[in-house]
Amino acid sequence: MSELIYRLLTKNFNQIDPGSIDDYVTRGGYLSLKKALKMKDMEIIDEIKASGLKGRGGAAFPTGLKMEAVKMAEGSPKYIICNADEGEPGNFKDRYLMENDPHQVIEGMVICAIATGIRFGYIFIRGEYVKSQKIMETALEQARGKGFLGENILNTGFNFDIDIYTGAGSYVCGEEFALLVTIEGKSGRATYKPPFPTTMGLYDKPTQINNVETFCTIPHIIELGGTGFGKIGTASSKGTKLVCLSGNVKRPGLYEVPFGTTVRQVIYDLGGGVPNNRTIKMVQLGGASGPILPDEMLDVAIDFDEMRKNDLTFGSGAIIVMDERIDVLDILKRIVQFFHHESCGKCTPCREGLTQLLILIDRFIEGTASMQDLSLMNILMDTMTNSSICGLGQAAPTAVRKALEYFPEEFTSRISNHVAAAM
Amino acid sequence: MNMVNLTINNRAVSVPEGTSILHAAKETGITIPNLCYHPDQEVKANCRVCVVEVEGAKTLQAACATSVKEGMVVRTNTKKVRDSRKVVIELLLANHDMNCPSCSKNNHCGLQEIAANLGVRESRFQNVLEEQEIDTSSPSIVRNQNKCIKCGRCIQMCNQVQGLAILDYIGRSDSAQVKPAFGWYLADVACVACGQCSVVCPVAAITEKEDIEQVWEAINNPNKTVVVQTAPAVRVSLGEEFGMEPGEIVTGKLVASLRTLGFDKIFDTDFTADLTIIEEGHELLQRIQEGGTLPMLTSCSPGWINFIEQYYPELLAHVSSCKSPQQMFGALAKGYYAQKIGVDPQDIFSVSIMPCTAKKFEADRDEMSVDGENPDVDVVLTTRELAKMLRQAGVDFNKLEEEEYDAPFGLSTGAAVIFGATGGVMEAALRTVYEVVTGKTLESLDFKAVRGLEGIKEAEVDLDGTIVKVAVAHSLSNARKVMELIKSGKAEYAFIEIMCCPGGCIGGGGQPFGGTDELRLKRIEATYRADTELPIRKSHENPAIKKLYEEFLGEPLGEISHHLLHTHYHSRKH
Amino acid sequence: MQVKDALDKYGRSPDKLIGAMLAYQNSTPCNYLTEDDIREFAKETGLPESRVHSVASFYSLLSTKPRGKYIVQVCYDVPCYVNDSLNLVKELERMLKAKMGETTEDGLFTLEYSSCLGCCDKAPAMQIGENLYGSLTKEKLSDILTEYRRKRHE
Repeated sequence: MSELIYRLLTKNFNQIDPGSIDDYVTRGGYLSLKKALKMKDMEIIDEIKASGLKGRGGAAFPTGLKMEAVKMAEGSPKYIICNADEGEPGNFKDRYLMENDPHQVIEGMVICAIATGIRFGYIFIRGEYVKSQKIMETALEQARGKGFLGENILNTGFNFDIDIYTGAGSYVCGEEFALLVTIEGKSGRATYKPPFPTTMGLYDKPTQINNVETFCTIPHIIELGGTGFGKIGTASSKGTKLVCLSGNVKRPGLYEVPFGTTVRQVIYDLGGGVPNNRTIKMVQLGGASGPILPDEMLDVAIDFDEMRKNDLTFGSGAIIVMDERIDVLDILKRIVQFFHHESCGKCTPCREGLTQLLILIDRFIEGTASMQDLSLMNILMDTMTNSSICGLGQAAPTAVRKALEYFPEEFTSRISNHVAAAM
Repeated sequence: MNMVNLTINNRAVSVPEGTSILHAAKETGITIPNLCYHPDQEVKANCRVCVVEVEGAKTLQAACATSVKEGMVVRTNTKKVRDSRKVVIELLLANHDMNCPSCSKNNHCGLQEIAANLGVRESRFQNVLEEQEIDTSSPSIVRNQNKCIKCGRCIQMCNQVQGLAILDYIGRSDSAQVKPAFGWYLADVACVACGQCSVVCPVAAITEKEDIEQVWEAINNPNKTVVVQTAPAVRVSLGEEFGMEPGEIVTGKLVASLRTLGFDKIFDTDFTADLTIIEEGHELLQRIQEGGTLPMLTSCSPGWINFIEQYYPELLAHVSSCKSPQQMFGALAKGYYAQKIGVDPQDIFSVSIMPCTAKKFEADRDEMSVDGENPDVDVVLTTRELAKMLRQAGVDFNKLEEEEYDAPFGLSTGAAVIFGATGGVMEAALRTVYEVVTGKTLESLDFKAVRGLEGIKEAEVDLDGTIVKVAVAHSLSNARKVMELIKSGKAEYAFIEIMCCPGGCIGGGGQPFGGTDELRLKRIEATYRADTELPIRKSHENPAIKKLYEEFLGEPLGEISHHLLHTHYHSRKH
Repeated sequence: MQVKDALDKYGRSPDKLIGAMLAYQNSTPCNYLTEDDIREFAKETGLPESRVHSVASFYSLLSTKPRGKYIVQVCYDVPCYVNDSLNLVKELERMLKAKMGETTEDGLFTLEYSSCLGCCDKAPAMQIGENLYGSLTKEKLSDILTEYRRKRHE
């Protein structure tokens, strides 16, 4: 079991007092920052590009390219935003990262700021994470005190500071554009903005937005060098991945594994499998917006390419195990209810579509659905995925769609007999 | 300009860089349906009706929000696109009051039109509309949540053009609704009743309050003498309702159509617009000569009056005491005309045809009553309502022969016609004030500096050595800037014209739908054309006005004027 | 705390609005924003009332309805759901004699569903104020509620 674990981002977990910057420094903290201060800005970006690091928030965009784009973009001031609006059900890695090793987040952000020449950053922490807010608040204060943050960092003349922005309870704010308008003090509705945040982000200025885990990886890339870091993982997916294991599993928890580890290994070798010798009914990957798959598919590796080949996504790293007692449609309803509650209500397919998707699922649960309902559900989900303005509406039907693919009998068996007989 | 080459439905097209797919498609003769898009507004991209397939993109792209790129391959009519558009429309219909035949926007509804064009015959989805109370609290506009498709056009109009922000999205997910804070009634918030929201609403979620039935009743009442006045801006827009090109001048047909409907006397608000110039011009001169409050602000736009009363009451002393032309007419109709034709004022039913929804509010004001009991203007109909009445009566507007207004309030000048466009009141006033003050004849009547769609315009006039600075603002976000300027003491103007609606009255909230800047410019152009086509172009040269002073009013700002033609305003700050 | 105090602390620029509203709301006895509060925020920040209400109505941690002293947020998302959060809800409703969305008669607790609390490895979970509780059982629940009831009298 233990050889599956690769402690990089979690190496300080339970080893240091998260409230103590000295603990962090003692274990090599802020050394990468010192190293980065001696590097040229493009050298830093080149190392990150060479590392092959892809964003850990779910979109898997190459981080080095994003930083380069922000650096090259015209406009000032530019901003760095750490997206800690972790609201995807089944995910808790960002909370663990902030609450167990807050300085790692800060160090990653400062290194990015050095590379891109940015003076100011936000950590956007969801409102529910009160403890994370407090720990990060303290860590920022300490970092400023020790000269790792703020004016004239380590006497190099470089200035960069970070403010915490607190969400107020909205999943969609994890979506980049909604996050940006929230910081601007508006309702977090997904907005259309012509280019990407790298050229027009916060207050229409170039903005680098990355997930907590991505920033936490940066110091390790600087420490190991891009190529050194690139030795961890697989050809398409470099480094380690934090996996959030939950559901009906013996040892749920946060596990750091190198890319290439299979889902089954995580569930059985690390998580100890399902309690009470039950079998797995299905597993949801990534969180509420992720696919649902049956036991037969669990040998898929945690690897961007392999996931893509199997038409799967791993999102930000959740594995939710559901055992044989679980009713597929009951879970689907719960998932759709989640999106229905969290939809910002701006675009038609998501706002109205989720209401209708719930109605259709209820028909299956009640046994009153018809074949027409099945085809209507399909065309509705296609429309949501094809036409919604942001990722929320586009991904909301993923679980239902995958359930239809892998568990079709769960639906067909519930089509009203009367109607089915007529078919 | 850099050109970008792309193909749309296999047809090559070259358009300037930065063009949206929506506009590029239009170039190739393809209309992409859309609901939330509005040419004068920021792209919202929330209705998702205008989606198209772009090669290489995983999802469909909103044509309104996507700029063309070199080599882009766009398809606007694939199965994927059609299916998606249809579902989106069906989703909207499933949360919509679908009593289309009895809807006030029947045949003028964007949703209905697209549904018909896409061949949507039913919504396959369950209707989930939770019916809500219709807000009829305002005398001017009606807000019907049951029709709203949440496109946000009204929000942008109210926030950005008018700067009021009465409306916003309240709530989220499927409980998100467009409404005033706390769901208050429009009558209870600082809404100015301008109706600009209704002009941009693609459905019937916000419409003018319909008062057509009262007019039919009056027309059918043998005891009532029904007189009607028509505002300057109506003649350059009504034609649009009957398929004419924007910018057609239909004055003669308008008169004929009203006669056909059965109105007893057809008068022109232009007449009292001329009267306004005489009164307001003298008021301005009096303020200048006697050290009154300057700059003086015009008072003919009731949306603007609602604005200053609610937002800047501390500046009310700047507002001219003149009633608006509509209300001057109303006062004359009941306080002079009734007597002149020997009819009890109570048996005069006075109707006005206005480009404006706020005029309904104005007519309703307590001050606007000569006898203190009955309104001087009984009913205000918007341009759109008149068109509806004509359709109800089966009038073939295009076939009507042109006719003339009735005496004595039918004769007017070019100066009055231009009241309809932003800058028009100012220009009309300058034509008169210049000649009254200097005793000279103006060489050129055209004050071009105050024309056009620029938000705030300035001009200087040389009144025989005295330089007078004037300014013109339209739309309330610009009005607000001017108010702040006055408050800061930096407004060195003698006279400022302010119109509530973008473009002035031709862009009023009661005008035919589809109010875009392009359209407004055409109406403005027609307005100035109508001016030049008239034999008299200065208010003080209107012989009927001269006669009115001789016979009845005596002199400008005189006692009768004071009683009938002037009013006062008061703070209504929330 | 007054609305003004919250804004003095957080600042009056639009980007501070949400934080200030949250802080102010959490300091009020009934954990919510009244119409007057929202109007005050609008007045103080110079933002339109409709915009401030729009923001207040959008975020689930902001409420425009009166609530109890303690908000019991029960996670109802899949990891907790498959770990019997439904029973947890029933148990809470029984113990507090209030349904989800309701406030107890003594005004002490309001029961609310919450989106994922990021405590999926210790499902089922709930949060009261700043305190996150995981791996909940009937017994644990009873202890926690007793503790809060006791705290009230402090």
